[in-house]
Amino acid sequence: MMDAIDRDIINNLQGGFPLCERPYAEAAAGLGLTEDELIRRVESLLENGTLTRFGPMYHAERLGGALTLAAMKIPAEDFERVAKIVNGFPEVAHNYAREHQFNMWFVLATETPLRIGEVIGEIEKATGYTVYNMPKLEEFFVGLRFEA
Amino acid sequence: MSTATALRESKADAAYPPDATDRRLIVATQEGLPRVSRPYHAVAEKLGISADEVMARLQRMLDGGMIRRIGAVPNHYALGYGANGMSVWDVPDARVRELGKKIGELDFVSHCYHRPRHLPDWPYNFFAMVHGRDRAEVEAKVAQIAALLGDADRGHTVLYSTRILKKSGLRLGG
Repeated sequence: MMDAIDRDIINNLQGGFPLCERPYAEAAAGLGLTEDELIRRVESLLENGTLTRFGPMYHAERLGGALTLAAMKIPAEDFERVAKIVNGFPEVAHNYAREHQFNMWFVLATETPLRIGEVIGEIEKATGYTVYNMPKLEEFFVGLRFEA
Repeated sequence: MSTATALRESKADAAYPPDATDRRLIVATQEGLPRVSRPYHAVAEKLGISADEVMARLQRMLDGGMIRRIGAVPNHYALGYGANGMSVWDVPDARVRELGKKIGELDFVSHCYHRPRHLPDWPYNFFAMVHGRDRAEVEAKVAQIAALLGDADRGHTVLYSTRILKKSGLRLGG
């Protein structure tokens, strides 16, 4: 279970991890912890799934890559089969089941914008269902920091 | 223009194409940093470059906005944010930008985008991701968005996630 120290780590280390020789020591000092304790806590938060990652969050489009959000309408009886096929594409970064006629929503991250269209075609061919491409036309805000 | 928007735009200007070493650095760190006392030194050793170069390159990518941030990436389900509601709205195209900036300023909205419609199946052109501890909390927040949009809200719905089917983050092939 998470305790107050874990919460402190999560609430204060979602950004700004230092770029220096001993960043855990520096971050730990700000939290009133020792370097060893912070490393141990981060490791266990990763192990128990409270954190999905600890490190740099890259911005795909700024690296020359491309991102899009895509959705599919899959009949319930075929959902698991299609999910397996879709998840098998390395370009599929996240995939969520949602309660709606459009019940499968995934993010495609590719190294080139051209590749987005290719992958969508490949997914349609492999699954037999239409992929609805919903690329962002404009982004207004991305900045939620979760409170633990 | 809000400060955040101005900052993002100036960062986009500072973006540059990653070179071969940047790409090796991205591949080596996209799964996370090593949990050791000198993590940048550990990465440097793996890549055969100096730790100073690793830190300088990460700093440059951070300044250029190619790295959004460095730190903990929480699993929001594990934190009790079980109701992840994707609210989708049909608003007049001509007003998306004006309304997007307004909705984007709400502190409970994480992602907020203008996206294309797919008529007739999908009439919604504006997406705002709302996180809450339960559906009642999400519904209350969605009602706040509806009130702000007023008559620009020509129809909306909320799609709740029921399962994460895959979550791997960005992957750059090595």
